[in-house]
Amino acid sequence: MSSPLAGAPLAGVPARARRRRGGRRGRLGWNALGLAVFALIIFPVYWMIATAFKRGSDIFADTPVWFPIHPTLSNFTDAIHRPHFWADVKNSLIIVGCVVALSLVLAFLAALALAKFRFYGRKAFIVLIIGVQMIPLNALIIPIYLVLAKANQVDKLSGVIITYLTFVLPFTVWTLRGFMIGVPRELEEAAQVDGSTRFGAFVRVLLPLIGPGLVATSIFAFIQAWNEFIMAYVLLHSPEKQTLTVWLASFTTNRGTAWGPLMAGATLTALPVVIFFVAIQRKIAFGLTAGAVRG
Amino acid sequence: MSSRSPAAAAPLAAPSVSRRRPLGRRLRRAAAPYALLLPAAAVIAAVLGYPLYYLVRLSFQHYGLFQLVRHKGESIGTANYAEIFHDSLFWHVVLRTIAFTFACVSLTIVLGTLVALLLTKVGPFIRLLLTAGLIFVWATPVVVAVDIWQWMVDYEFGVANWTLTALHLGDFNHHDWFANPWSGWAVIVSLIVWGAIPFVTITLYAGLTQVSRDLTEAAAIDGAGPWRSFRDITLPLLKPIYVILISLSIIWDFQVFNQVWIIRNGSPSTDYYLMSIYAYVESFKISEYGLGSAIALVMVAIMLLISFVYIRQMVRIGDAE
Repeated sequence: MSSPLAGAPLAGVPARARRRRGGRRGRLGWNALGLAVFALIIFPVYWMIATAFKRGSDIFADTPVWFPIHPTLSNFTDAIHRPHFWADVKNSLIIVGCVVALSLVLAFLAALALAKFRFYGRKAFIVLIIGVQMIPLNALIIPIYLVLAKANQVDKLSGVIITYLTFVLPFTVWTLRGFMIGVPRELEEAAQVDGSTRFGAFVRVLLPLIGPGLVATSIFAFIQAWNEFIMAYVLLHSPEKQTLTVWLASFTTNRGTAWGPLMAGATLTALPVVIFFVAIQRKIAFGLTAGAVRG
Repeated sequence: MSSRSPAAAAPLAAPSVSRRRPLGRRLRRAAAPYALLLPAAAVIAAVLGYPLYYLVRLSFQHYGLFQLVRHKGESIGTANYAEIFHDSLFWHVVLRTIAFTFACVSLTIVLGTLVALLLTKVGPFIRLLLTAGLIFVWATPVVVAVDIWQWMVDYEFGVANWTLTALHLGDFNHHDWFANPWSGWAVIVSLIVWGAIPFVTITLYAGLTQVSRDLTEAAAIDGAGPWRSFRDITLPLLKPIYVILISLSIIWDFQVFNQVWIIRNGSPSTDYYLMSIYAYVESFKISEYGLGSAIALVMVAIMLLISFVYIRQMVRIGDAE
């Protein structure tokens, strides 16, 4: 950061100059440390990608091959030709698509009420929305499984879609509400004074302004549903009906894992999430209130 | 909620229009928020409320394979609770879950703070690089992360064993990290902390950039060292952020399941039980759904106690908006 020399009191100048010189050397040290921390943090991700592109003999070498010198796509072709890969990709997409669409519609209406109206019970509903997100899903999986078994919804995508609403819907309501609050009331009121109805004002003024928020929220919801593991693991038994995360976890059954194809499969599973995540990360980083995005 | 008197509702926009509106129209506007909330509230009641109620009921029932076929449990009062409270494994698992949560949260917060402070010290290029690295780690799905770590600590060709041996930290050839539960848990905690650091770091860094440089520089001129200026200026200013980060981390780490389950290939030994795993095994492996529900309910109760602080803070933020 540029040290603001201007405006420094005269007496402070020598001290400042000294600090700057020391600062330059200090900065170099910090940068080196920063680079080392970067290498440490990114290494697992790097190792996944590097392994995915390595030949088998380089993966199972006595001394690690740090870089895929003989890059190959064979791990990827192996992974996608494994049984049920494409079926499971399709299942994941169907489930995620339905969950996102359903929760977005429901959450939109609810968030509108919470953000734009004051009414009796509003605070209670907000507490409820935050509170239900604290209930561990692993606890709810038992009753959900038994209820769905009774309703004949086990091993069906529809059962999983309903189940995923338990965590995606409250979260979506809360996030969308945050985005709607950001729209200044004056804009809506101006439109109303101009003679349009509340609904007209809403469509013409509010909707375009929260468009980016809607996109970001759908991506949050997408990531959460795409990454989910335990519900799908319990509810979907047939291999051709599972989701991609369950497919990936079933790679590691016992000793002698096919690490190359597994890392290729892991890379493919992570890819859409990483792309979407990078696209909207600014909104996540600064929306503390929307902080509940961690797999 | 929607049955409560709608007359009490005061639409926000009222002051902007001075003339009185017809009664029917006012009533319609008062009812509007309830109508908007109804669909979401109904779905949440169905997919969350009902299972929660059913979980409570199950915990007072004997629900085994026979009952699973008949879709009907047998009421047995508090016998499930009596059984788990007299089960030494249960208390072991509760204590282990608490210790595990404590280890994960404290490591995440301390390391996250250190990396966030480092971000304020490095040059713009390194900062960009480091932030990008953090975001990639943050975006990595949990199941993928577990597979990567499993591969890194593989007993035969894992890069961890090779590196530690090469650094002369001991002979790690064919070292099985999960043979000893302590080293196994060390791997699991590292994996979780690694995945959790980005969120904490990036949030804290955003907070740190809000702390005025004038304050810290004034403190430096007054002779305060970096530690004092962090403790007496930065920390109090960031306290609200820390409250949220710590409570969220506790909530997340207390219910960890996937990481342990997948890294132990879906059949962890009792040394690797957390409360979530114990409840799962009792229900889905041993088919004692009633017992599993009782364990799960104890877990929910502990969670809600912990979350109280967090919820209060969030509601406060929600009100301020």
